[in-house]
Amino acid sequence: MYQYNDFDQAFVRGRVKEFRGQVERRLSGALTEEEFKPLRLKNGLYLQLHAYMLRVAIPYGTLDSRQMRRLADIAERWDKGYGHFTTRQNVQFNWPRLADVPDILDALADVSMHAIQTSGNCIRNVTADHFAAAADDEIEDPRQTAELLRQWSTDHPEFQYLPRKFKIAVTGSQNDRAVTRAHDIGIRALQDSDGRHGYEILIGGGLGRTPMLGQVVRSFLPKEHLLPYIEAILRVYNLYGRRDNKYKARIKILLHETGLTLLQNQIETEFQACQSRFSGIDSELRQHIEQAFAPPSFVAVPHDQFDIRMTGDSAFSEWFKTNTAKHRDNHHAILTISLKPVGGTPGDATSSQMRVIADLAEQFGYNEIRISHEQNIILPHLPLGHLPQVYDRLRDAQLETANVGLLSDIIACPGMDYCALATARSIPVAQEISQRFDTLRLERKIGPIKIKISGCINACGHHHVGDIGILGLDRAGVENYQITLGGDASEKARIGKRAGPGFSFDDLIPALERLLEAYLELRLMPEETFGDCHRRLGSEPFQRALYPADVQQAA
Amino acid sequence: MSRREQFWVITSNHLIEGDAIWLNNSGDWTRKLGEAKLFDDRDSAETALMTADKERHIHVGAYLAAARPGRDQKPEPQHVREQIRTTGPSNYFHGKQATASDVSV
Ligand code: SF4
Repeated sequence: MYQYNDFDQAFVRGRVKEFRGQVERRLSGALTEEEFKPLRLKNGLYLQLHAYMLRVAIPYGTLDSRQMRRLADIAERWDKGYGHFTTRQNVQFNWPRLADVPDILDALADVSMHAIQTSGNCIRNVTADHFAAAADDEIEDPRQTAELLRQWSTDHPEFQYLPRKFKIAVTGSQNDRAVTRAHDIGIRALQDSDGRHGYEILIGGGLGRTPMLGQVVRSFLPKEHLLPYIEAILRVYNLYGRRDNKYKARIKILLHETGLTLLQNQIETEFQACQSRFSGIDSELRQHIEQAFAPPSFVAVPHDQFDIRMTGDSAFSEWFKTNTAKHRDNHHAILTISLKPVGGTPGDATSSQMRVIADLAEQFGYNEIRISHEQNIILPHLPLGHLPQVYDRLRDAQLETANVGLLSDIIACPGMDYCALATARSIPVAQEISQRFDTLRLERKIGPIKIKISGCINACGHHHVGDIGILGLDRAGVENYQITLGGDASEKARIGKRAGPGFSFDDLIPALERLLEAYLELRLMPEETFGDCHRRLGSEPFQRALYPADVQQAA
Repeated sequence: MSRREQFWVITSNHLIEGDAIWLNNSGDWTRKLGEAKLFDDRDSAETALMTADKERHIHVGAYLAAARPGRDQKPEPQHVREQIRTTGPSNYFHGKQATASDVSV
C-alpha cells in the first residue's frame, strides 16, 4: 500500500495545525460563521441536523488494519461508537463536537488520513474499483492511477475553486464496479492491440438533479499522458464551466451546452500546452507508486476445513456463495462483508465491528481492507483455508449477513435522519424493505437486484442507477417517494426512468411488494434477473403492478 | 392550514455541539422546542430573528421554522424535518431523545 512520505506527512500535520487555530478563533468569536464555514468545509466538516458531521477521505477506498482501528477509536472516543461508510468510499462521523475536531484530525494524521477535499468545489476523493488487485478480470490496478491523481490533485492551487465539486473514478477492468459513467471524469484502463497500456477517458457523467452518463472524450490515451490530459480537462472546465448557476455548474452541463466535439477540441488544444509542463516527473512518481502497489505474494493454506464446511454447513456455504467473488489466485477469495443486516442502517459499522474487521485483515488478509461504493467492506485477499475461521468471527460480531448483491444489500444515503439537505428519510425505508422481504422469505427467490435510495435530488444514494431507485421528496412537509426503474451502474450503465407518481412512506413498501411479485410472474426463468427482465419488457408491465386501477381509484 | 393560522419558531444549531436549539420567551436559547417562543405573525418573527442573529458566537444559521401550538399551547413541529431535529434520528436512540434536553445552552 502507498505510504505517506515526509512531504505528505508534513502537509497533513500543517493543515491540522492551521485548522486548530481557525476553530479557536471561531470559538472565541474572532471569526464569524460566514468566515469560518468555508474553512471548516475545506476540512470536511459539515453542520447537519443534529450535530456536526466529519467526512474522512479513504483514498480509493483502501485502508489497512491500523487505519481501521483508528477509525474505531475515533468513533468511540469522540463520536457515538460507530461510523457511516458512504457511496463515495468515505467514512462519516455523525456526532463530533466542534471543539474536538482538531484532535480527531490529529488522530487521523497519525495514521496518514485526513478530511481534506472531502467538501467544497475541488477535486474530491478519487474513487476506484473496490476489488482492485484481486479481481481476475483486471487489466491493471486502478489504485495506481487513483493515487497518482490524488497526489496531483491534493492542494493543486489551480483547482481549489472550480465552478463546482469534481469527482473522478477509475476502473482497471472491463467490468465496471466503480460506476465510472456517473462521474465528472471516468477513467478505464485499456490495453491496445500492441499490448500498450492506456485509458479510455469519459467526461460529463453525474447523477443529482440532472442525471447524465459520461461520454468518451478520448478512446485511447497512452498511460504517460494521463496527468497532462486530465489537467487539460480541468483547465477547460475551470475556464468555461458555468459559475452563474450552481445547478448548471458541473462539467456535464458544460458538455451538454458546448457539445462533445467542440469541448474535445478545446481539451486537445489545452493538452498540447499542458504536455510541456509535465517534464517526466509524473512518470518517476508513477514508478514509485507502482512499486507501492505491488500485490502481496499469495500463500495458499490447506483447505480441508473449508471443504468440510462447504458440504456440511449450509449457512457457511450460502454465505460463501453470496458474499465472495472470484479471486485471481485460485486459493483465495474476495470477501464482501455486508454492512446491511436485516433492519440495520446501510453502511454503519460499530467500533467493535471495525476492530474485528481490522483483526481479520491483519491475521488472514494481507492487511488490506476496502470500502465499496455499495457501502460494504471488502477483504480483498483471503485464503480459502482461512474462511471458516473468518466466518465464525464475523458471525460473533454480527457481520455474517449473506445478502451481497441481493434485495437487502441496499444503498441508502443518510437522508433526513441526519442530512441538512434532505427532503425525506432514506434509512427507515431501507430498514423496512429488508425487514418486510425477510418476513416474506422472498430475497433468494428474487435473486440479484439493486435497490438504491436517496433522500433528496442530490442522489448520493445513486437512485438513478438502481434496478429500483427510490427518491425521497417533500410534498408540503410530508415525505413522498418516487420510484425509478431500469437503472444500471455497471459498464452497461443506464439512467432509470421515473415510474409514475410518488408514494407516501406507508404506501411505498406495499408498492414495492406488488412490483417484485410482478417481476416473479413476468420473468422467463429464475436466471432472468430483474434488470434483464426490465430490459426485455420495458417499464410498462411493472408500472401496471405499481399503479393498479383499484389503488389509483382509492388514492 | 391557511396563511393566517401559520405559527413560527426561531431555531438554530449550537456552535459547539451543533445540536438544534430554539429561541425562548426571554430571548435566550433552549434545547427544548416546547419552551420556544411561538410567533403568530411572520413579521414579528422576522424581526426577532434579526436580533437573535446578532449573537453569532453561540449559534449557527438561525431560521424560522413553521410550528403549531400543541398541548398547553406549547410549540410542536409542523414539518417532518423539524420533527426529526426535535427528537433525533429514527434509526438510533441518539440525539435529543436520548440526552437530558434540559442541559442549558
Ligand atoms: S442525497 Fe440528499 S439527503 Fe441524501 S445524503 Fe445526499 S444530500 Fe443528503
